[in-house]
Amino acid sequence: MIINGIIVFLLYLALVIFATGTAGILRFPDFYSRLHAAGKCDTMAAILALSSIALYHLSENPDLGGVLVALKILLILVFVFISSPTATHAISQAALIIGVEPWGREKK
Amino acid sequence: MKRLQEHFEVHDPNLNLIIQTSIRILVPFVQLFGLYVIVHGHYSPGGGFQGGVILGASFILMGVGYDLKKSMELFPEAWNIAMANLGTTIFVGTGLVCAAAGGLFLDYGALSNWIGIEPAAWRSLGIFAVEAGVGFTVTSVMLSLFWDLSSRGELDGGL
Repeated sequence: MIINGIIVFLLYLALVIFATGTAGILRFPDFYSRLHAAGKCDTMAAILALSSIALYHLSENPDLGGVLVALKILLILVFVFISSPTATHAISQAALIIGVEPWGREKK
Repeated sequence: MKRLQEHFEVHDPNLNLIIQTSIRILVPFVQLFGLYVIVHGHYSPGGGFQGGVILGASFILMGVGYDLKKSMELFPEAWNIAMANLGTTIFVGTGLVCAAAGGLFLDYGALSNWIGIEPAAWRSLGIFAVEAGVGFTVTSVMLSLFWDLSSRGELDGGL
C-alpha cells in the first residue's frame, strides 16, 4: 500500500527531526540557541507526526467518523503551529529582558 | 548585552504584540473547548473540574498576555464571587432537591417521584447539573487564585 509508505515516511521524518532537536538541546552552547533548537524542531516534528496520525486514521476508517477524527487532529496541529512558536518567542524575550548573556566568541 | 537590551524598551507598547495577537486568536477556542469538556463530562474524559480549569486558564491567559487590569475588566471581581457561590449553590441545591424528593443526598433517580420520566434520564440530567456547578466554581476559583498570587493579594495590577 502506498498510503502506508507515506505514513511511515512522515513518522520517520518526524523522528529524525525530534532527534535533531534533542541533540541541539544537549549540545548547543547557550540558552538562546538551545531554545531555538527546541522550538523549531518540536513544532515541525509535531506537525509531521500529527499529520501522519491523521492519515493513518483516515486510511483505516474511510467514513464520516474517520474524517471527523482526522479533522480534530488537524485542529490540534493548527493550535500547536500557533502556540509553540509564540511560547518560544515569549521565553526568549523574557530572557533577553532580564539579561541572560548570549554566547559569543569572546567576553568583554 | 547592553546594546541588545537597548532595542527592547520594557514600556514599548508593541513589545507584546506577537503574544497578544496569538492569545486573541487562541482564547475563543480554549473557552469553547472548556465548555465542550464540561458538557461531555459523562460521555468522554473530562468533567466539571477539568473543563473549569480550562475555562479558568483562558482568563489566566488573558491576564498573562495583557495585564491584571484587562483580566479584571473581562471578568469583574463581583461576578467572580457570584459565580463561585452560584456553582456551590447549584451543587448543594441539586443534592437537597434529590433528598426532598424522597431519595438520598445526590440520589438523582428519586426525582422521578415528582416528574415522571425514567430514573436513568434523571441521573443523566442530575450529573450534568452537578458538573455545571463544579465547572462554575472551579473557573472562578482558578481565576481568583491567579489574581491573588500574581498581585500578592492586593488586586492592584501586580503583573
